[in-house]
Amino acid sequence: MTLVLCRIDDRLIHGQVVLGWGQPLDVGFIVLVDDAVAGSDWERELYQMAVPPGTEVHFHSVSECPGALERYRTDPRPGILLTADVATMRALVEMGVVPAVNVGGLHHRADRTQRLRYVFLSPDEERALREIEARGVPVTAQDLPSARPVPLEEVLTGEHAS
Amino acid sequence: MTNSGPRAIVAGHGDFAAGLVSAVEVITGRGGLFHAVAVPELSAADIEALLRETMERTGARVLFTDLQAGSCTMAARRILRGMPDAVLVSGVNLPALLDFAFAESKPAPTAARHAAERGRAAITAVEGTP
Repeated sequence: MTLVLCRIDDRLIHGQVVLGWGQPLDVGFIVLVDDAVAGSDWERELYQMAVPPGTEVHFHSVSECPGALERYRTDPRPGILLTADVATMRALVEMGVVPAVNVGGLHHRADRTQRLRYVFLSPDEERALREIEARGVPVTAQDLPSARPVPLEEVLTGEHAS
Repeated sequence: MTNSGPRAIVAGHGDFAAGLVSAVEVITGRGGLFHAVAVPELSAADIEALLRETMERTGARVLFTDLQAGSCTMAARRILRGMPDAVLVSGVNLPALLDFAFAESKPAPTAARHAAERGRAAITAVEGTP
């Protein structure tokens, strides 16, 4: 088994990730890639306490990832890779460690436009997601396993914004 | 019906908070002790800002949240850092809120700790019989 879900979610570890995806995928570990979280003992402890017993959380900065992510690819358990923003996920895509990108939650911000109920994107983020797909890595938006994965092109039309 | 303002904030997924507070009101007439907060499609930062603003506006220093891993709980834990007079109870249920509702004579943090114990003890599994 390997990383079964590579998700962009600005809430990082929360109910949808731990239960909505984690339970049906029988996730054994979560890899959280975020420079700010990786650099803070308090933040790491906060997220560590949010996962069920038996689920490991590994924290990494982007710069650590080329070496660190390789060992998760051979872990026999299913795992989830999480980033809070598009830029971090794009950096991981460029390292060649991400087979597909799930946009799970990017919420309202002043510079963003709503594209789905749970996806708001800035022009820079739209551009970065297009670049990810141009590298041959499919991008879909899907908040929960029971929802339909929405292809990036359809997301960017904004037709399902409300 | 109590004449007091909110002593606690209830926050969670979907209509969880409003539903629980509604149930407290139906059972005791004391729903006004709680301020229900919903956080549909807000970022983590906006959830934290909303809860912080609600605490400041109401003066409440007790937060009840639904899920230990939930966004409201994560935001509440950030708020409690540097707020030693506040208490968070996660995994809240109706028995816990009812206990809190009848503890107006106690300081709110003390009542919250007691409510957490009562809520935990109130969960039972009853087996069917032939």
